[in-house]
Amino acid sequence: MGRIDRAEVERIAELACLELAPDEAERMAAELAAILGYVEQLAALDTDDIEPTDHALPLATPFRDDRAEPPLAPERALANAPERDGFAFVVPRVLDEDES
Amino acid sequence: MTAAPHPTYEVVIGLEVHVHLRTESKLFSPAPVRYGEPPNHAVHPIDLGLPGVLPVLNRKAVELGIRAALATHCEVHARSVFARKNYFYPDLPKGYQISQYEDPLATGGWLEIDVPAASAADDAYVTRIGLTRIHIEEDAGKSIHDAAVAGADRSHVDLNRAGVPLLEIVSEPDLRSPAEAGAYLRTLQHLLRYAGVSDADMERGQFRCDANLSLRRHGATELGTRTELKNLNSFRFVEEALAAETVRQAGLLDAGRDIQQCTLSYDPERHATRVMRVKENADDYRYFPDPDLIALHVDAAEIDAVRRALPELPEQKRARWQTGYELSDYDARQLAESRALADFFEAVVAELGGGARAAKSAANWIQRDVRAALGERGVEIETTRLEASALARLIALVEGGRVTAQSARPLVAELLDHGGDPEALVRARGLEAVSDTGALEAAADAVIAAHPEVVEQVRGGEAKGLNFLMGQIMKRTQGKASPGAAREVLQRRLRGA
Repeated sequence: MGRIDRAEVERIAELACLELAPDEAERMAAELAAILGYVEQLAALDTDDIEPTDHALPLATPFRDDRAEPPLAPERALANAPERDGFAFVVPRVLDEDES
Repeated sequence: MTAAPHPTYEVVIGLEVHVHLRTESKLFSPAPVRYGEPPNHAVHPIDLGLPGVLPVLNRKAVELGIRAALATHCEVHARSVFARKNYFYPDLPKGYQISQYEDPLATGGWLEIDVPAASAADDAYVTRIGLTRIHIEEDAGKSIHDAAVAGADRSHVDLNRAGVPLLEIVSEPDLRSPAEAGAYLRTLQHLLRYAGVSDADMERGQFRCDANLSLRRHGATELGTRTELKNLNSFRFVEEALAAETVRQAGLLDAGRDIQQCTLSYDPERHATRVMRVKENADDYRYFPDPDLIALHVDAAEIDAVRRALPELPEQKRARWQTGYELSDYDARQLAESRALADFFEAVVAELGGGARAAKSAANWIQRDVRAALGERGVEIETTRLEASALARLIALVEGGRVTAQSARPLVAELLDHGGDPEALVRARGLEAVSDTGALEAAADAVIAAHPEVVEQVRGGEAKGLNFLMGQIMKRTQGKASPGAAREVLQRRLRGA
């Protein structure tokens, strides 16, 4: 498992759109490294013959039937909008560069 | 429009298609799937990513995904996993999209495509394109950047589309020309409609395409650096964009420069691709299994049930028509292409009494006249007013000698545009075939008198002069002379009887 150093913390912060002060990055690198080090104790166990578990609960996939329910009233959907125009949420202009 | 193969480079294309599944409700929420609603009129707290909500998977979406996988010969996996794809964008309120990553629903299929001839010197051909994978994911909302709507420094966000079930269908880099890419997309669109998986309407955003393209020298085995074309919103633009990107990359390579991995958009007005952004390092979406959802398990019995419920698909129809109706491979392929056209063909055959002979007539008329008229108008059969029963009646009128094929053919376009009863149309236009002996004798005599030298040749045993004289009779009767009767009369008059 890769070590958590300051550069790694800064990269993750950028992906997460977080701004860290220089001393915060330093402190978090140490804290995250300690957490991961703790979890890494598990790596000492031999798990070669054990099937990976995707979930702690032995459940079958829960499904719902394809039935539409009335949507939220638009006023309620928009209740928390910091800014709106008609029924649209309004955000600072973003460039259309990613869609899928 | 299709370009000839590039002299130096082989074009390598892979396509990623996103299709909306035909469900009533969203993938993880009970909000309705609706198009053309005012903004934010079809949302549920789950789609808004409000705190405390839990996604619950729509069974129908999984069933439709399996249907698509079976229709494309993919292997459906007993276990697949929903993962979070993390990125920030205002139309993605949760900050992640629920998708499938390491363990997709299905992998390893193929699609057979018919590629039209690039020019008169080429042949049409059939080729098989591999499918890498099919996975299920949710759609994002829609951002509106149009300054006229949102203002110069604002964007609007509409979340009606957020959470709509999508399939992502990824092809192998098996496509070798823009024309193959176009054929692949058309085939896939028809197939998904056939199987009832999606309405696949591009204008509604139900069928969207991204394309990867790279070049390599002919004979090379390693792939070149690829670029990605995004948001291509019509089949024509896909082909044009790929042709334009081929030119751009070939120019760089010819100049000894490297291709930089990047995302491009296509500007149809300039017929050129434009770099949107350069990929610094591979996109880092920090995928991980969604802790709100457990793995999706599909057992063999469920897959079998979906398989049994599949409607007859184009390849099965083709096989049935080729053996049962003795249709040519070419006719069978073209007629089976869209479900609406296939249904129309079968309805005409049934109206004509069924069997190989009826099928041959129906195929001839549809291939020759109906498809030409559809092509001229740029429409599909289901949006026209042509009824199968009307075409069948027209064919029956021709085969019964009531109207000549020559007179009847222009009526196809008329029925297509306005509908109506072929028999009434024939009568109203005075198109009934002339088999009245007196009228035919008069026409034959006039033709014989006008072309004494041809008559000499025919009497001397030259058969091709006879066709010329027949043509002249047709001309005199405005194409209404019943060919059998006219030939008989002509031959009789030539003998001087």
